Amino acid sequence: MNSSTVIFYILAALILGGGIMAVTARKIFRSAIYLLFSLIGIAALYFWMNIEFIAAVQIVVYVGGIVVLIIFSIFLTHDSGGEMPEPNLTRALFAAFATCFACALTILYISKQAFIATQNVTIEPNVKNIGRQMLSTTDHGFMLPFEVVSMLLLAALVGSIVIALKTKPSPSNLPEGDALEAEKK
Amino acid sequence: MNEIGLTHILFVSTILFFIGVYGFLTRRNMISMLMSIELILNSVNINFVAFNKYLYADKLDGTFFTIFIITIAAAEASVAIAIIIHLYRNLKSVDIDDADMMKF
Repeated sequence: MNSSTVIFYILAALILGGGIMAVTARKIFRSAIYLLFSLIGIAALYFWMNIEFIAAVQIVVYVGGIVVLIIFSIFLTHDSGGEMPEPNLTRALFAAFATCFACALTILYISKQAFIATQNVTIEPNVKNIGRQMLSTTDHGFMLPFEVVSMLLLAALVGSIVIALKTKPSPSNLPEGDALEAEKK
Repeated sequence: MNEIGLTHILFVSTILFFIGVYGFLTRRNMISMLMSIELILNSVNINFVAFNKYLYADKLDGTFFTIFIITIAAAEASVAIAIIIHLYRNLKSVDIDDADMMKF
């Protein structure tokens, strides 16, 4: 057992432990912090596979962006020390049964599958090759998806600003009784 | 154990995917469900990168798919959080069972 194997198992334990704690923790703020550890573990797994560019993007976008966004939205919508209610026991039991069964089936099929690697000459996944192919307009270039996804990102960001804009509270938005009922819960 | 290869990474990503599915099915809090979706998308990204590295090292397609998935996940998270904050202003709750005004 060499050091690479040991590092892989440590990373796997970090990813899976963080993931399990993120979906089962009772306090939502702790859940977000466990999610952060899981995402950092995934970035470390990309470093372990020598895909440095994706690892850097993972850290910048997920750890630096999405988790911070989630933590801010927790602060905006919760009293962050409060505990979430227990999940419905029947639902949790059936969900655990279904996911364990599906997971076991998938793992069985993966372990039976014989993967055959290509024998062609390899391309380094470094920034130079990724950038050249990303912006190439010839065959196998990704120029069109790049432009489309940039338009999608712009539209999504403008749309989210418009959705979250503060509108004047109008009485027709919600009947008074419903608001009180939501308050009680 | 033998050499760590594609199969081990696929085991990790499979287990992570089903952890995300379990969280999505059991949690009733919208922000927690969003976190579960992030876990699912990340397990898919691990799969793409691992297949690209171990099976099709002569191409970069898995890397590009991962980059586009990360971009779309960022857009999706921002729109989802905007919707959650807007719902919170109207309902004073982020529980998914309270948001039933479009149901009937």
